[in-house]
Amino acid sequence: MKYDAIIIGAGMSGLAAGIRLGMFDKKVLILEKHSIPGGLNSYYQRRNFDQGGIRQFDVGLHALTNFIKKGEKGKPFSKLLKQLRFSYDEFNLCPQTYSKISFPDCELKFSNDFELLRSEVFEKFPKERDNFQRLVEKILSFNELDLSQGHLSSREILKECLHDELLIEMILCPPLIYGSAWENDMDFSQFVVMFKSLYVEGFSRPKGGVRTIITLLMNKLKEVGGEVKFKTSVSQILVNDRGEAHGVVAEGREIFAPIIFSSIGYPETVKIASQNFFSGFSPRVGAMTFLESIFVFDQKIPLKMNDSTIIFYNNDKNYRYESPKNYFDPTSAVICYPDNYEPNLTEGEGVVRLTYMANYDLWHKLSREEYLPMKERVSDNALELVKKITPEFQGKLLFKDTFSPLTIERYTWHLNGTVYGSIDKTKDGRTPVKNLFIIGTDQGFLGIVGSMLSGISMANLHGLMEAP
Amino acid sequence: MANVRQIVVDIISDIAPDEDVTNLDDSVSLREQLDLDSMDFLDIVMELRKRHKVEVPQEDYPKLATLESCVSYLTPKFVTA
Ligand SMILES: Cc1cc2nc3c(=O)[nH]c(=O)nc-3n(C[C@H](O)[C@H](O)[C@H](O)COP(=O)(O)OP(=O)(O)OC[C@H]3O[C@@H](n4cnc5c(N)ncnc54)[C@H](O)[C@@H]3O)c2cc1C
Repeated sequence: MKYDAIIIGAGMSGLAAGIRLGMFDKKVLILEKHSIPGGLNSYYQRRNFDQGGIRQFDVGLHALTNFIKKGEKGKPFSKLLKQLRFSYDEFNLCPQTYSKISFPDCELKFSNDFELLRSEVFEKFPKERDNFQRLVEKILSFNELDLSQGHLSSREILKECLHDELLIEMILCPPLIYGSAWENDMDFSQFVVMFKSLYVEGFSRPKGGVRTIITLLMNKLKEVGGEVKFKTSVSQILVNDRGEAHGVVAEGREIFAPIIFSSIGYPETVKIASQNFFSGFSPRVGAMTFLESIFVFDQKIPLKMNDSTIIFYNNDKNYRYESPKNYFDPTSAVICYPDNYEPNLTEGEGVVRLTYMANYDLWHKLSREEYLPMKERVSDNALELVKKITPEFQGKLLFKDTFSPLTIERYTWHLNGTVYGSIDKTKDGRTPVKNLFIIGTDQGFLGIVGSMLSGISMANLHGLMEAP
Repeated sequence: MANVRQIVVDIISDIAPDEDVTNLDDSVSLREQLDLDSMDFLDIVMELRKRHKVEVPQEDYPKLATLESCVSYLTPKFVTA
């Protein structure tokens, strides 16, 4: 069978790229190793340990970033809707209440109205008022989509604009943990993308969670004639003597296409392509990976105890965004209260999700006997933190689950369980192998909205405009 | 003879369903009147190819700036198509 394009991976970027190519009559095949789509933001179900019934969970999805109101134009999310031909209402977005960055002696709230963050900064850091304004202007006028931008350190640029170390740390915290492959810093273009998508535009969640997004993508892909094969692992990318990719080996079968898009990560892609074309170049695997604990209670946490949607929590003097020395770093966490996307619903179970930074190597070395107790330890720690934030909450814990860097690696095949991929990105998607392009996380756009936009823009650039 | 103006307007209203295309000024740039970016212009070109087998090479994208220029640039292509 011959295809116009093969896409490796049915995550957000692969599905979006597939839709774009299919829309313009390209015969496209998506190959996915897992039995379901979604990749790093997929879904699963669990039977309860004591109370009956099956519960549905999302992997991740604290927040869909880049919130827009219906009719808002010229924003990343409105571009995504147009490019994939979705209507705004199909996503059924429930906006956040507000979120906060919580450090030992200071708290900054932000919401889907940027003025909240601005006024919080003015109030809590009055001396930084003008500096912050200048920083915001610099960010808003920066062209983060210029794919030819070199790497700049966000920390350096923030230090040029702001003087207060605490403010710098606080402003950096959410962008780092929502999207940096680097430790303790991020590329300034990426920071600008994150600043706009988190602080200026904000958070929402589709009703129904990640399944809503995946169902929309899968239906659209089908509509435009795209094909997906699940449980189909690509073990090799075929490259001819001219250095051009021309097909893949999947489950022992050769499948040919003049263009290959890979969403599995840059180092992961190099691993299955003929090494000699990379002449020694090997993108580095990132160090950042995470643990997540999920708790289900028999009732929702009342709004008067906590009405925020996401808390970027840090309990130490400094905020460290780095692979921890221990199994996980209990001093900081991201705590998500998904119920507060629909604060009017008071009936039903309550859910809290909590993410910690984790050390992959240590988890990897655990024996089978040590693994479950270690997950238990994480879960206990996380539950303590939830109680610390809402001490008066009396809800009964019905269910808990924790996934580790090993879980991420096992179900997404990202080396070392990385979520934000390699520290080396290829902004234009090109690789040393002709007709082989990187999409998604390691092209440089990440998160749910980012990876879809990556798939769209790479399919446009390499699959439609410069159609081979 | 194809109504090239209508063909282009139909494509725009399909790729940007939230835009009002009823009162477009033919001599003013489309970008000024509508929320269209370079990605949308790519879609106009791709739809022309898909629906009408009309090819617009990348260097000619600027010729699609206004409805007027679209009509004068595309009409000969429709005649020969
Ligand atoms: C716990 C967690 C929470 C998160 N929370 C959020 C959030 O709140 N908001 C947000 O915006 N983002 C969040 N993210 C990030 C977001 O999920 C990712 O940035 C995004 O999904 C990346 O998509 P992708 O297409 O680039 O890659 P992936 O989703 O990794 O897609 C790659 C696909 O390739 C498949 N694959 C791998 N190897 C092979 C092979 N050899 N052959 C065939 N297929 C293969 C994988 O199974 C996978 O489906 C979170 C991620 C995690 C893990």
